[in-house]
Amino acid sequence: MDFTAITPRELFIAFFKIGIQGFGGVLPWARRVLVEERHWFTEEEFLDAWGLAQALPGGNIINLSIGFGLRCAGPLGSSAALCGLTLAPFVIMVMLGVLYTEYGEVAGVVGLLRGVAAAGAGLVVSAGLKFAISPRLRSPLAVFAIAAFILSAFVRWPLALVLLLLAPFSWWYCWRRAK
Amino acid sequence: MNWELALILAWELAQMSLFAVGGATSIIPDLQRRVVENHAWASNAQFAEMLGLSQSAPGPNMLVVSLIGWKIAGFPGAIAAFIGMCGPSSVLVFSLSRFWERHRGRRWSTSLSAALAPIAIGLTLASGYLVTLGAGTSVSAGVFIGFTALATLLTKWHPIWFIGLGAAAGLAGLI
Repeated sequence: MDFTAITPRELFIAFFKIGIQGFGGVLPWARRVLVEERHWFTEEEFLDAWGLAQALPGGNIINLSIGFGLRCAGPLGSSAALCGLTLAPFVIMVMLGVLYTEYGEVAGVVGLLRGVAAAGAGLVVSAGLKFAISPRLRSPLAVFAIAAFILSAFVRWPLALVLLLLAPFSWWYCWRRAK
Repeated sequence: MNWELALILAWELAQMSLFAVGGATSIIPDLQRRVVENHAWASNAQFAEMLGLSQSAPGPNMLVVSLIGWKIAGFPGAIAAFIGMCGPSSVLVFSLSRFWERHRGRRWSTSLSAALAPIAIGLTLASGYLVTLGAGTSVSAGVFIGFTALATLLTKWHPIWFIGLGAAAGLAGLI
C-alpha cells in the first residue's frame, strides 16, 4: 500500500468516521474503517500500528491518527487526521458540558447523574480488572502494578513521579529478561 | 471569559501529558488529585459524574478533560484542557513516530513497552478505586458499580447499555 497516495482530505473523513462512531472504545471502529473499509492496513499492520501508538504517552487512537497522518501526508496529514478524529467528539463534550452545568442540579437529573456515575465507575473498575487478570501481568511484574496502585491511590503522588520512580526499575527488569 | 483559569488548567494537565502511558484511565488518579483535591474545581461526586457522562459519548476517551474543562472555565476551559492534555504528548508522538518505527522490535523498545504495561494496569486499578469512592454514594450505587464491573467482564454487552441502565435506574430513584 502506497500511503503517500492518501490525501489529507481522505484522512480527515476516515478519522471523522472513527471519532463519531467510536462508542465505548475506539479500537473496533478504527479497525473497521482502516482495515475493512479503506484497506489502508492489513489486520497485522493495524495491530502493529495500534501497539506502537499504545507504547507512547497519550490516547492511543490520538497517537495513531498523528503517526499515520504523518506517514501519509506529512504534518498536514497529521493535523487532518487529528482534527477529523476529535472535532465531533469535542463538540459533543461541549454540549454535554452545557447540559451538565445548566441542568446538573435539577431534581430529576441529580438521580440520573448518580446512576451514570455509578455505571462509569463500574466500567473503569472492569477495565482495571480485565488487565489485571491478563497474562501480561506475570508475577514479578505485578510488583510494579501494585506499587503504581498504592502510590497513586493512597500516597496520592503525581503521575509523573509514579512513572519516574517505577519505570526505570521495571524497564531494567524487562531489559534483562529480554536477553 | 475565563482565560486565566483556562491557562492554569492547561498547565495542570500538561504536567501529566508526557506521562500518560495507557491513555485516559491512567491519568484519572492524578487528574482527580489536581481537579478535586488541589483546586477544588469540582467535588468527588461531580468528578465521577463527568467521567460517567463522558463515557456515554463517542470518540477518544481522553476528551473527558474537555468536559471537565467546560465545567471549570467554559469554552476556553474545554479548549485549554484538550491542548494541555494532548498537546505535549502529540508533539512527542509527532517527532518520535518515525524514529520509533525504525527501532521497532529492538530490545530497548520492546522492553520499554513491556515495562510500562504493569504500571498502566496499576494506575487503571487506582482509577477504578478512586472513582468508586466518588460514585458509590449509597449502598445501591455500590451494588450497581459491582454489577456493571462484573457484567462487563463476563458478558459482551456494549458499555453504552450500562450507562443507559444506570441513567434509568438513577432517574427512577433506585441509585
